[in-house]
Amino acid sequence: MSAATQPPQGHTRKPRDWNRTFLHVFLIAICIVWLFPLLWTVYQSLRPYAETSSKGFVSLPDTLTLDNYANAWNKAELARYFLNTLVIVVPAVVIVLFLASMMAFAVSRYSWRFNLVLLMLFTALNLLPPQVIITPLFRMYLSIPIFPPLSDNGLLYDQYLGMIVIHVAFQLGFCTFVLSNYMKTLPKELNEAAVVDGASVWTTYSRVIMPLTKPALAALATLEFTFIYNDFFWALMLMRTGAKYPITSALNNLKGQFFVDNNLVAAGALIVALPTLVVYLVLQRQFIGGLTLGSTKG
Amino acid sequence: MTQHVAEKMPPAPPITGGAGASASPGRRRRRFSTLTRVDRLILLGMVAIPTFLVVFFILLPTILSVVLSFTSWNGIGGIDRIKFNGLDNYVNLFTKYKPFWPAFTHNILWLAFFIFVATPIGLFLAVLLDKGMRGTRVYQSVLYMPVVLSLAIVGFIWQLQYSPDQGFLNNVLGTTSRDPGFIDWLGDKDINLWAVLVAASWRHIGYVMVLYLAGLKAVDPGLREAAQIDGANERQTFFRVVFPVLRPINVVVLVITVIESLRAFDIAYIINRGKNGLELLSILVTNNLIGEASLIGFGSSIAVILLLISLGPIVYFLVRSVREEAT
Repeated sequence: MSAATQPPQGHTRKPRDWNRTFLHVFLIAICIVWLFPLLWTVYQSLRPYAETSSKGFVSLPDTLTLDNYANAWNKAELARYFLNTLVIVVPAVVIVLFLASMMAFAVSRYSWRFNLVLLMLFTALNLLPPQVIITPLFRMYLSIPIFPPLSDNGLLYDQYLGMIVIHVAFQLGFCTFVLSNYMKTLPKELNEAAVVDGASVWTTYSRVIMPLTKPALAALATLEFTFIYNDFFWALMLMRTGAKYPITSALNNLKGQFFVDNNLVAAGALIVALPTLVVYLVLQRQFIGGLTLGSTKG
Repeated sequence: MTQHVAEKMPPAPPITGGAGASASPGRRRRRFSTLTRVDRLILLGMVAIPTFLVVFFILLPTILSVVLSFTSWNGIGGIDRIKFNGLDNYVNLFTKYKPFWPAFTHNILWLAFFIFVATPIGLFLAVLLDKGMRGTRVYQSVLYMPVVLSLAIVGFIWQLQYSPDQGFLNNVLGTTSRDPGFIDWLGDKDINLWAVLVAASWRHIGYVMVLYLAGLKAVDPGLREAAQIDGANERQTFFRVVFPVLRPINVVVLVITVIESLRAFDIAYIINRGKNGLELLSILVTNNLIGEASLIGFGSSIAVILLLISLGPIVYFLVRSVREEAT
């Protein structure tokens, strides 16, 4: 470290190389520690329960099979819960991005009197812990009447619609914040040019600004998909029918009922984690881009 | 902070030859008065719909939480049965309700652990990865991976490490539940909070790391060079030059850390429904809502405590953002 003050000459390179090697060894060790819980879960899920209980959980395998996955999938009818999640996540992500992009467009491209107040309100509310609002929200969900095609019990409670609504409302703040920051970086002259060409507000939004916002939208879509997919709390509180639960919340109920041993729990947990892991590995750039886009504004 | 954005995202395509590109340097946004009536209505709708959703489903319940916290409503009967009882709920909460102080303490410990242990580790890893070595991408991918998992899944994965007879830790230590020196990681109420904090940090560290990494990449390399020419060593350069420049990121990380600590719910709920050493304010709120007796007024008073604590970082963040906007 002290070598930094000297000009980089031949003899200063050697300790540097050593430093680098040491750093790699250190980081590789950290990464192994980091991956271990996940790898252990994978290992556990591939072994039959009978073998782990007779040989001990920390032992070399005689057999590795996918039986636990097949069992978890079939016995617990996981397909159904995945479908429930899909019914909630897809509309929620589409709607929240659509609404947030309009809101962001209006507050970042035009000067209003209430611009700042609204943006601050959105930002503040998106930081609240959900438990702050759950008690009155629960009562509201039980008392707001919703008509049949949208709700089969006349309420928002225990309905996919109710889940979509709360996800949209709760994520709007974050999405608006990110998108308005992104739109502020687009040149102001774009709007003026659009006006000169006789474009309406809607055309300016849909034909000029939105196409330029695509990278931010892609990043946010990736992020929002995982946020909503990973939700445990809202479904736990605002849904009652077990068969209608989205997958992340369903896992906890299934644990006692179907996933009786740790090998099955491991397989079940990994099946549920798989979609987010795949999205992450495939769309890593979007993922990290979205996150830093939301945070480096300050 | 647009350069941060540009770092991570493909930048917005530059527009050349736009009308008035070289016009006055002042802020020239479109004024309302020049819009047609249809345009104004459309703009109004664009703002009104999202604002309605946020106000009705988030702001209104927040206010109702505060109002209900001064009542003794148990949720039975109509709204006309709501009776105000002044500060009774709060007095009960502070003096009679046993789980309150443990939960409060656990939230504070959670916060302290995140701020003083998890966040510095995240920053440290970001600094290491910022050296631009070969393989940085791979390291980053691995360290960030737990962040994409829900805290519920994190709970399951770590139960497989901690569980009494089937878990990895006790198997590797060679202890079973019949041995005297046996450690019940999640069952012992003096230990389980720390065991859970390790699991939660596994996720939080990666999050903090990515945020700091983005911040570090945006630091002007000239600053570092200047410091080194002035004879600063690596440590001095970091603490005296780089870290102060990271201030905006520090604000964001701090806010996120506090908020995440207050939101902690899933993992404790999965492990033992937030009892026996894992009491948290968030869980007490829900216990009073869907527990045996639905004590809406009383549960709301716990929610208000949670609200008051979270207002600290929220206001701090907003004030900082507004100030930066002004400069």
